[in-house]
Amino acid sequence: MDLLIQIIFGLLVALIIGAAMMVVTVRNVIHAALWLIASFFAVAALYLVLEAEFIAIVQVLVYVGAISILILFAIMLTRSSEGERLLTQHWWAAALISLGLFGAVLLPTLVGHTWNIPLPSGAPGTPETLSGVEEIGRGFVNEFVIHFEVAGILLTVALIGAIVIAFEERSRRRRVLTLSEEHILRQRQQATAERVSAVADAVD
Amino acid sequence: MTRAIPLEAVLAVAAALFCIGLFGALSRRNLVGVLMGIELMLNSVNINLVAFWRYLEPRFITGPSFAIFIITVAAAEAAVGLAMIIAIYRTWNTVNIDSVDSLKG
Repeated sequence: MDLLIQIIFGLLVALIIGAAMMVVTVRNVIHAALWLIASFFAVAALYLVLEAEFIAIVQVLVYVGAISILILFAIMLTRSSEGERLLTQHWWAAALISLGLFGAVLLPTLVGHTWNIPLPSGAPGTPETLSGVEEIGRGFVNEFVIHFEVAGILLTVALIGAIVIAFEERSRRRRVLTLSEEHILRQRQQATAERVSAVADAVD
Repeated sequence: MTRAIPLEAVLAVAAALFCIGLFGALSRRNLVGVLMGIELMLNSVNINLVAFWRYLEPRFITGPSFAIFIITVAAAEAAVGLAMIIAIYRTWNTVNIDSVDSLKG
């Protein structure tokens, strides 16, 4: 059983890290977004391995369902000539910073620190009591009620802000004709052309 | 589960994901790529919170609740960020971060 969990964990880690590497290195932005979705799915599976089912479902709903769709739409709305270079001029500095952060700060800290993990309570073999979605729901109306309200206000403000920022005034909007409007316009142009030729004939 | 995988392994995965996201956010030229790097970083923080909850405090709900709050903030950030990207694209006709430098002086 332990070995099976370890194998699943190893596969998920390989998928998460590999997909994240593809996100930051692949040239096509659409492909990067698709790799990002793969990474989100793998993280949701990792939550399931960690026995946090509700967070896993929320991850799939919000990240895979909403955020990646937003990102794909933004990519499609902003297709442009991207130029030759994929990374900025000082990308080696960014690589140095992130590698240094990982190798010199994060990894030694989390390996060197002694985590006092509590021993499993109860008889050996019985499953541990975990706080589930019921406790989360209760916490949202008791101890985290302020956080909950602030999150609601934040979402409202973000909604209004996104609309205000992305709103385009009607006068500046490029007008796209519908088929019927195009048909009427063409008829009117033909009519004026005929009238002009008739006037020219009459003058002759 | 806690016997099979040590806490340090989960934290190391989250740290690696955070550093990859940081590299993406600092070095991608496309604005949407920068935003994708930030999403990866927020994801790694969530993994940390869930791992700490599972290993250290499985009876309390502080870890999952804050993971949910971070997901909320990530959704709001993505919406506003992508609206800004669309507004920038409309004004400058580009989404490359090194062409949008009018605040540089």
